[in-house]
Amino acid sequence: MKRLAKLSLSAGIAALSALPAWAQEAAATVAEVAAVVEKGDVAWMMTATTLVLFMTLPGLALFYGGLVRSKNMLSVLMQCTMIAAVAMILWVVYGYSMAFGGGTSPFWGGFAKAFLAGVSLDSTAATFTDGVALPEYLFIAFQMTFAVITPALIIGGFAERIRFSAVLAFVVIWLTFSYFPVAHMVWDASGLIYNWSAIDFAGGTVVHINAGIAALVAAIMTGKRVGYGRDNMAPHSMTLTMVGAAMLWVGWFGFNAGSNLEATAGATLAMMNTFLATAAAILAWSAIEALTRGKASMLGAASGMVAGLVAITPACGTTGPMGAIVLGAVTSAGCYWFVTTVKHRLGYDDSLDVFGVHGVGGIIGAIGTGILCAPALGGTGFLVEAGTMGAQVMAQIMGVVVTILWSGVVSVAALLIVKSLFGLRVREEEEREGLDLTSHGERAYNL
Amino acid sequence: MIIAAIKPFKLEEVREALTTIGVRGMMVSEIKGFGAQSGHTEIYRGAEYAVNFVPKIRLEIVVADELAEPVVTAIRTTARTDKIGDGKIFVLDVEHAVRVRTGETDDDAL
Repeated sequence: MKRLAKLSLSAGIAALSALPAWAQEAAATVAEVAAVVEKGDVAWMMTATTLVLFMTLPGLALFYGGLVRSKNMLSVLMQCTMIAAVAMILWVVYGYSMAFGGGTSPFWGGFAKAFLAGVSLDSTAATFTDGVALPEYLFIAFQMTFAVITPALIIGGFAERIRFSAVLAFVVIWLTFSYFPVAHMVWDASGLIYNWSAIDFAGGTVVHINAGIAALVAAIMTGKRVGYGRDNMAPHSMTLTMVGAAMLWVGWFGFNAGSNLEATAGATLAMMNTFLATAAAILAWSAIEALTRGKASMLGAASGMVAGLVAITPACGTTGPMGAIVLGAVTSAGCYWFVTTVKHRLGYDDSLDVFGVHGVGGIIGAIGTGILCAPALGGTGFLVEAGTMGAQVMAQIMGVVVTILWSGVVSVAALLIVKSLFGLRVREEEEREGLDLTSHGERAYNL
Repeated sequence: MIIAAIKPFKLEEVREALTTIGVRGMMVSEIKGFGAQSGHTEIYRGAEYAVNFVPKIRLEIVVADELAEPVVTAIRTTARTDKIGDGKIFVLDVEHAVRVRTGETDDDAL
């Protein structure tokens, strides 16, 4: 998203200071002029913001909901809905400030903008173009939708057995100590990983690796579902899963092309890549299934779709279209191998394969970004000072490792706290009965 | 009474055959079961589930004694695909029958 994040002064103040500057010294530098807000950018970014919300509600909710058994459908929809609400409020109370509050620590942005202090109709946020800005409210809203979807992704790790109160408490702690700091580290101009020149255009580390690791830790610490490996836990509606996955794809254009922050050619490259990597990933997953099992499944195509979207997320602004095809196909194959083989060998119960798709796909995508941004491979060039592929890949790997460790440690601590406060799991008989009735007092389908 | 389990897609054909030979009513339910045909395997991202019960249609037809054999023959000829899983037919005696609306009994009630 943003090789930016140095939020400019409020336009009003900048204008005031610029005028006297001109009055006093006629040769004032152009850089002093207040940044311009373009209506086209505003219109596009409001659209993109709405698209990213659409990814969570209803996209991810339906994608996940279709994958669980019918007795747990509403619990998944409800967790996604509540997480969206909680994350939005938390974001404006202190989340935005912790991520982009203007503090110069490499780890967090401070509390200067808690409760959106100092934000007004006139304040702006920088884009990638000097002198072009967005209204700060729009930047806050766009970033807010990312803070919504990331914790919502995690629930796939402990779906069908987690206590509702535990989900909410975990999300509050995890957003505070993992999401907000990692967003700062990767996307803020003073951030640790940002200053290593690691490329994460739309959130491969911040969103997908961050959530994937949390889900892995949560799946292990929550324990397996009752009857795992014995009972039939087949998805209750592959129809809704396909619908949800397709909504994710549509919304992802807001996520990826929106991360360009401006309605420019850069956004159209991200859009092309979001088409092509995903298409290649669907083809790869389905081809592998057809060759190894004899049948290509809808769940396989939907999984490939999400794997491709995850893969291209960090790379979509710096990779050429042909590079996107390669990245999508390779990541899809990696995720396929992980969820069908490695996971079963390791024996943990990540119900909806959050780690296998978002974690593994995010890691392959992040490292692949460092390779495919090479101009020789059709990319837009390296960001690291050394200007070599080796240095760029190293920066990518360092970003990945820090994110894995950070999210892993925070997740373990958060789950231990939540476990001591509420307990993580529902009682065994509640789990058998289904979370819809026992946690929410209603049924998804009254046919 | 004839109880039969047949393949779901054969229901319409069987109903037509039975109405042609004079059957004026039947009860139909969707059931699951297994016989010689022993289910299949479903695979979801590498997780394999054996589905041991296969969907079938259960017919219950109560007719006068002389119609019983023609009903069995009609079901057997129309529900047959010559593949495993075509189903089974059972014939039972019914002690008593009453038509709810009129109170007619036994053969008159059918």
